Amino acid sequence: MITTTPTGNTAELTEQERAQAARLEAVWSEPGGFWGWFKAVHHTTIGKRYVVTAFAFFLLAGLLAGVMRLQLAFPEAHILTNDKYNQFFTMHGSTMMFLFAVPMMFEALSVYLVPLMVGTRSIAFPRLNAYSYYLYVFGGLMFYVAFLCNTGADRGWFSYVPLAGPDYGPGKRPDFWAQLITFTEVSAIAVAVEVIVTVFRLRAPGMSLNRIPIFVWGQVTVAFMVLFALPGVVLSSTMLLLDRTCNTQFFNPVVGGDVLLYQHLFWWFGHPEVYLIFIPGTAVISTIVTTFSRRHVFGYLVLVLSLVATGFMAFGLWVHHMFATGIPQIAESYFTAASMMIAIPTGAQIFCWIATIATGKVVLKTPMWWAIGFFFVFIMGGMTGIFVASVPVDLQVHDTYFVVAHFHYVLIGGAVFPLFGAFAYWFPKVTGRMMSETLGQITFWLFFVGFNITFFPMHLVGIRGMPRRVYTYPANMGWTTLNQIESLGYVLLFVAVCVLLVNVFRSMRTGAPAGANPWKAGTLEWGATSPPPPYNFLHLPTVNGREALWDAAPNQPVVGGLDEDARSFLTTRTLDAEPATRDEFPGPTIWPFLAAVATTIAFVGSIFTPWGITLGSIPVAITLIGWFWPERQAAERRRAREIWQSE
Amino acid sequence: MMIGTVPGFPGNQTSLNPVGPAAQHIESEFALIFWITASVYCIVLLALVLYVVRRKHSLGEMPEPLPTDLSSDRRAQRVVGGAMIVTVVLLFTIMVGSFVTGHALGSMNRESAYTIDVYGHQWWWEVHYPNDEPDKTVVTANELHVPVGVPLRIHGTSRDVIHSFWAPNVHGKRDLMPGYDTDIVMQVDQPGRFRGQCAEYCGEQHAHMSFYMVAESKQQFNQWLEDQAKSSFEPVSQQTVRGQQVFLSHACVMCHTIRGTAAGSRVGPDLTHLASRQTIAAGVLPNTTGSLAKWILNAQSIKPGCRMPPNQMSGNELRDLVAYLETLK
Repeated sequence: MITTTPTGNTAELTEQERAQAARLEAVWSEPGGFWGWFKAVHHTTIGKRYVVTAFAFFLLAGLLAGVMRLQLAFPEAHILTNDKYNQFFTMHGSTMMFLFAVPMMFEALSVYLVPLMVGTRSIAFPRLNAYSYYLYVFGGLMFYVAFLCNTGADRGWFSYVPLAGPDYGPGKRPDFWAQLITFTEVSAIAVAVEVIVTVFRLRAPGMSLNRIPIFVWGQVTVAFMVLFALPGVVLSSTMLLLDRTCNTQFFNPVVGGDVLLYQHLFWWFGHPEVYLIFIPGTAVISTIVTTFSRRHVFGYLVLVLSLVATGFMAFGLWVHHMFATGIPQIAESYFTAASMMIAIPTGAQIFCWIATIATGKVVLKTPMWWAIGFFFVFIMGGMTGIFVASVPVDLQVHDTYFVVAHFHYVLIGGAVFPLFGAFAYWFPKVTGRMMSETLGQITFWLFFVGFNITFFPMHLVGIRGMPRRVYTYPANMGWTTLNQIESLGYVLLFVAVCVLLVNVFRSMRTGAPAGANPWKAGTLEWGATSPPPPYNFLHLPTVNGREALWDAAPNQPVVGGLDEDARSFLTTRTLDAEPATRDEFPGPTIWPFLAAVATTIAFVGSIFTPWGITLGSIPVAITLIGWFWPERQAAERRRAREIWQSE
Repeated sequence: MMIGTVPGFPGNQTSLNPVGPAAQHIESEFALIFWITASVYCIVLLALVLYVVRRKHSLGEMPEPLPTDLSSDRRAQRVVGGAMIVTVVLLFTIMVGSFVTGHALGSMNRESAYTIDVYGHQWWWEVHYPNDEPDKTVVTANELHVPVGVPLRIHGTSRDVIHSFWAPNVHGKRDLMPGYDTDIVMQVDQPGRFRGQCAEYCGEQHAHMSFYMVAESKQQFNQWLEDQAKSSFEPVSQQTVRGQQVFLSHACVMCHTIRGTAAGSRVGPDLTHLASRQTIAAGVLPNTTGSLAKWILNAQSIKPGCRMPPNQMSGNELRDLVAYLETLK
């Protein structure tokens, strides 16, 4: 685990403040020891675990990609058998989408950062948060254990029926895939609820809607999208599982089932999925560009509205993944128009960032390099997106390597570049130490060049007719050289990630102490010490502008009057963030972990028998009863507060 | 339509090397989008680089945040607003271009088109040329002969999982889905062999599911059709008679049809005129004596997972069988 060294401003505290800090420390610190590890509920603890776990899955999926690139470097190669290759590309896609991109960009970043950025002591529903993390880990472990037992999913990350159905997908491979979806989606929906409540009820006094940091706006938009999009895929994967284990016939055309229904349900989720991966990315870019241009972001309102508009429009485009199924022309026109329209809010954001840069003072530190790389890569992905949005052109490039190039430009550009920027940017906050600037820039250039060498030729090879998801290709197609260039690019990407890891491990031990606010940034998380104490802020802050620290008055007030013998916090009103009530967070407990174990037994059991859910719900019920068992002290405190508040 | 063609993409499975009106329409729209997006990309990134260079501040101590400068923000507002208007106009242009192309594709002459039925299988293509007289219906596999300059109506569906019919030089792709019938109109304007490939992931051997579209003059095509409608050649030499016996007494007969013999199963490709086709196994191997023998003995070593089982037979039996199959012109 990441160990951190406290640094910073404890020295300047008064005697009284030191005593207060000690009291808060006693109440908020995580339990120690082996079992303590499973009891921890604080959002920074869980957030760090999310980051490490999601990054581990990124590395695994990246290694799978390496083997695939080796296989494709030579025509008719036999490094991987067709069966293994099909598992590899399915595992690569499913891992990147379900175990890396969403958990990292949404869950990890928002769990760690959102409570700090809105200036509160923890995330809403911290135990649910711990539960969501364990569920996510267990889902990922299950998926990889199955893979190691040669039961890796092999029907693509979309698992279309009837290929993944009972007739053409024998064995248990698609079942493990379907339950991976259930695991990760339950966990993402839980975090979505936490983020929405945190952002709308736990903001620091003064942080009215028009002062919420753009990063937080991005994450709350994503949270809403998660709530509306993910049920679609939970539904489709559950129907698939029922078809496979209970002989239902949802997708069997022979008896009136429908194979297209699956695609509609899947892409109802699958398209917003792309946006809920890169909206956090663009929100990170807004943050980095602001800090490293040394000015309030240009066009705050436009940026926020763009994020929200993207969130809405994302639900109107799903059919553009199905143009080749032969849909009516009027529907084609609608979905073409909708797909083009999404370029408008994205364009608006890009112009606002460039305007911010053009009117600011640009400091070219590592995070800003990643932001600049983002422009080059992500905009290219957006441009090729216009090709695939046009129905006639899509009929040619759909399901070819052109599309593979397109979405890697969008997703690596829109998520991984901002993510690596976010690593460099928030690493000092999380660990208390700076990352090496030299190694950071080496990583950037290796990654940037390697990325383009790997993925740009894919456009060309796609236009020359190479379909996706083929485990090999004939030698005389003119695809060999381009594929070899792509595979060489992978080597640079590999080295880049290694340098990044070296940088992380070295900086954690020997990096320069960061202090609370090394970038002199404006958002509230930089008001806490680095790393933040378990109670986040000694004095809960109040907010006077969009960049809370830049706009703070010389004698900016802090929140007082919260109990220090419990994990108490302040709720504020949704629109204007005026203080509303006091409440308290539950403390650490083992129950979320046990509940996640019980849920895992039920989910994994249901792969083998439908009774898995029926019988498995009994231990889940028991652990939930333990989880919600009331505590006398907390209940009494709450009653006392309610009496006080009603007076 | 508009800006025309994109050079530099040769090949017989290339979307930007069109040989028919459908692929040509798409190429024009592709070119339109390419020129617009490429120019926008260059301008936007050039602006970014220029501003970064011009506004660059030395590293070292982070400077204090700038106070808001209303006049420069107002200037930026105007520029951003202008850029947004240009964006909308360009997107609208592309959209209209896309509609016009879509309309052109949709209004190709369906009524007078010549119909060919295509059925996707794991992992090969079954092709029918329907005829009002049932005995003139032609059934073949993995090779679509088509007349040049005649609109074609490809009518397709799948016999198992979803496949996608795609010959990029001729037209974009169309999914063949179980439970759905689909129609796509296309036309080939020059003779040649154009390669196509399944474009929807369909399982173990998705990579090895190609076909050829053989475009030839109307006369040649009609001649071919007439030949294909005939029954298979009766074996004459002793060896081929023995070969036919091998075929009929081994597992072959369980899956394949050879019209004019007792073999009439529809699980695998119709072999009535196997020798007239240039490849076997959905474009994986050239149709030669050696590859036929290899394929019959152990197809699994060439296309692992395919439905063709390994066949145990003696060397003589195999030689006779291949000799017989090679007479099926």
